[in-house]
Amino acid sequence: MRNALVLYFQYVGVSIRGQLQYRASFVMQSIGEFWAHVTEFIAIWALFHRFGSIGGWSLPEVALLYGLVNTQWAITDMIGRGFDAFDTMVKSGDFDRVLLRPRATTLQLAGLEFTLRRLGRLAQGLAILVWALVALNILWTPGKVALFVLAVAGGVCLFYGLLVVQATLCFWTVESLEIMNVFTYGGLETARYPVSIYRPNFRRFFTAVVPLACVTYFPALALLGRADPLGSTLVFQYAAPLAGLIFLLVSLQVWKFGVRHYQSTGS
Amino acid sequence: MPHIVVENLAKTFQVAERDPGVWGAIRGLAKRRYRTVHALDGVSFSIEPGELVGYIGPNGAGKSTTVKVLAGILVPDSGRCEVQGRVPWKDRIAHVADIGVVFGQRTQLWWDLPVIESFDLLRDIYRVSKSDYTRARDELIAMLDIEPILDVPVRQLSLGQRMRCDLAASLLHSPSLLYLDEPTIGLDAVSKLAVREFITRLNRTRQVTVILTTHDMDDIEALCTRVMVINEGKILSDGTLADLRAGVTKERWLIVDLVNGEDTVTDSAANVVRRDGARVTLAFDPERVPTPELIRRVTANHAIRDLFVENPPIEEIIARIYRETKS
Repeated sequence: MRNALVLYFQYVGVSIRGQLQYRASFVMQSIGEFWAHVTEFIAIWALFHRFGSIGGWSLPEVALLYGLVNTQWAITDMIGRGFDAFDTMVKSGDFDRVLLRPRATTLQLAGLEFTLRRLGRLAQGLAILVWALVALNILWTPGKVALFVLAVAGGVCLFYGLLVVQATLCFWTVESLEIMNVFTYGGLETARYPVSIYRPNFRRFFTAVVPLACVTYFPALALLGRADPLGSTLVFQYAAPLAGLIFLLVSLQVWKFGVRHYQSTGS
Repeated sequence: MPHIVVENLAKTFQVAERDPGVWGAIRGLAKRRYRTVHALDGVSFSIEPGELVGYIGPNGAGKSTTVKVLAGILVPDSGRCEVQGRVPWKDRIAHVADIGVVFGQRTQLWWDLPVIESFDLLRDIYRVSKSDYTRARDELIAMLDIEPILDVPVRQLSLGQRMRCDLAASLLHSPSLLYLDEPTIGLDAVSKLAVREFITRLNRTRQVTVILTTHDMDDIEALCTRVMVINEGKILSDGTLADLRAGVTKERWLIVDLVNGEDTVTDSAANVVRRDGARVTLAFDPERVPTPELIRRVTANHAIRDLFVENPPIEEIIARIYRETKS
C-alpha cells in the first residue's frame, strides 16, 4: 500500500513535469478555466438578484452548494483524467501496456495524468465556497469541520466513481459515452440547487442511485443548521457523505468485472 | 522443463459486420450481424529456456492473439498455456513482472520525459531493488550505446534511438522472457544491425528466451534458430529454417549474368523464374539435375559473365506456405 502511494506520487510528478514544459499554455488554460466558471456563477447571482431566493434558500446558501459541488468536481477532474479519457486508451490499444505492467490497473490509470490546468476551476470553486462560508456566519464546531471535509471527500469519491463507471463502459462500447455526461455534468448542474426543489423521483435518484445529494444537500443542511423539508435526521445528514465512498467502492468492483470482460474479448 | 507450453489453444472473436454505405451504418445500429473469426484454432508448441524463436505469419494470422495469451492479457476459449509453470492470465501481476514486451510501433517510454527518468520510473513500477536496477541499467546502457541520449526527451529521439531505449526499458527488470513485436520496423540499415546484434548477444549471454514476430525475413535469417509459421489460427510449420525450406521445396536457384542481354536461356531441367536485364534466375531441383551438371550445361551453351547458386529467398518460401493454406 505504501509502495503504491509512493508510485502514485511519482506518476503525478511525471505528469506535472510534462505539463510544465508548456508553461505558458498551462497558465493561459488555468486562467481561462477560472473565468469561464466565474461567468457561470454570475448567471446564478443574476437569478437571485431577480427572485431573491430559490426554494427558501438564499444566495449564500446556494453558493455553499455550488462551491461544494464545484470543488468536488474540480478535484476529481484534476486527478481522474486517466479514467475520463479512457476511451482513447482503449481505441489506441495502450490499455494493453497497462495490463503488461505488474501493478493494479486502477493505480496506473489514476496516476496517468494530474491535470494542472484544472487548478483554475478549483480556485473558482474554492473562492465561492469561502465567500459563502464567510457570508453565512456558520458556527464551526469540530463536528462540522469534520463533516465539511467528509462531504468534500465523499463528493470526490462519488464523481471519481462516475468516471470509473464511464471508463468501464468503454470495454463494451466507445460510442455511447455521452450517457455518462448526464450523470457527471447533469449531476453537477443539479447539485447546485437544493434537491428539495426537484420532483420526488428525480430526488430519489440523486439520493439512492447516484447519491449526489448525500455529498452536497444533506451535509449542507447540517452545516447550515436548517431543518429539512424532506424530513431527514441530523444523524443521516452527518453520515450521508459516506455514500460517495460506497459508490466508489462499488464502481471499482464494476471496473474489475470490465477488465475481465476485456481480457476475454480482447477488444 | 520447457519455458512455455501451449496446447490446443483456441480463441474465437465475434466481429461485427456492417453493410457498406450510410444505409448499412444505420441498419447496423438496429441489428448487428456477427461473423465468427477463429483467431487461434488449436495452436500447440513448446519453447525451451534460452530459445530464440521467430513467429511469423501474415497480418491477422493469429500472431498477436497468441502473444496476448502468452502475456496474460487475453484469456483463450480453451486449451492449456503455461509460462514457467504459471497460467499467465490467472496471475497477471506475478506473470508480467517476469516478461518484457517491445512493440516496434509504439513506445512504452514517457513521451515528455528524458529517457533516464522513464527508466527510473520503470524501476519503481517493477519494484526492482536499487542494486539490481543499477547493474541492469548500466549494462544495458553500455550494450545499446545510449549513454549520450539519456537526457533527451523521448519525443526528440529518432526511431532507431527510441528503439534502442525501448529495448533497454523492457529489460530493466531482468525478465526471463522477452517478446519483440516487429522490433526493426522502419529502422535504417545501421540501426537494424545494432538491434539484431543486441538481441543475439542478449539471448546468448543472458539466456533470455526470445519470441520475435516480424515481417522482415532478414531478421529471421539473422536471428532465429527456430521458426514457427502461423496462418488462419493454425501452426503450419515449426522447426529450423533449413527444415522450413526442406518442407516446402528442395528447389535451388542458379543466377547467371549473360554477356549478351538479348540471349535466352533454356534447359530441360530448369525454369526461368526471373529475368532482370542480363540477369537470369533459373530454378532447379538438385535431385533431378546435380548443380555442377546444370552449370556445365548452361556455361557450354551460353556466354556467361558471372554466376552463383543460392537458396530461394525465405520470403519466397513463406509466400508458398501461405498460398498452400489458401488453396
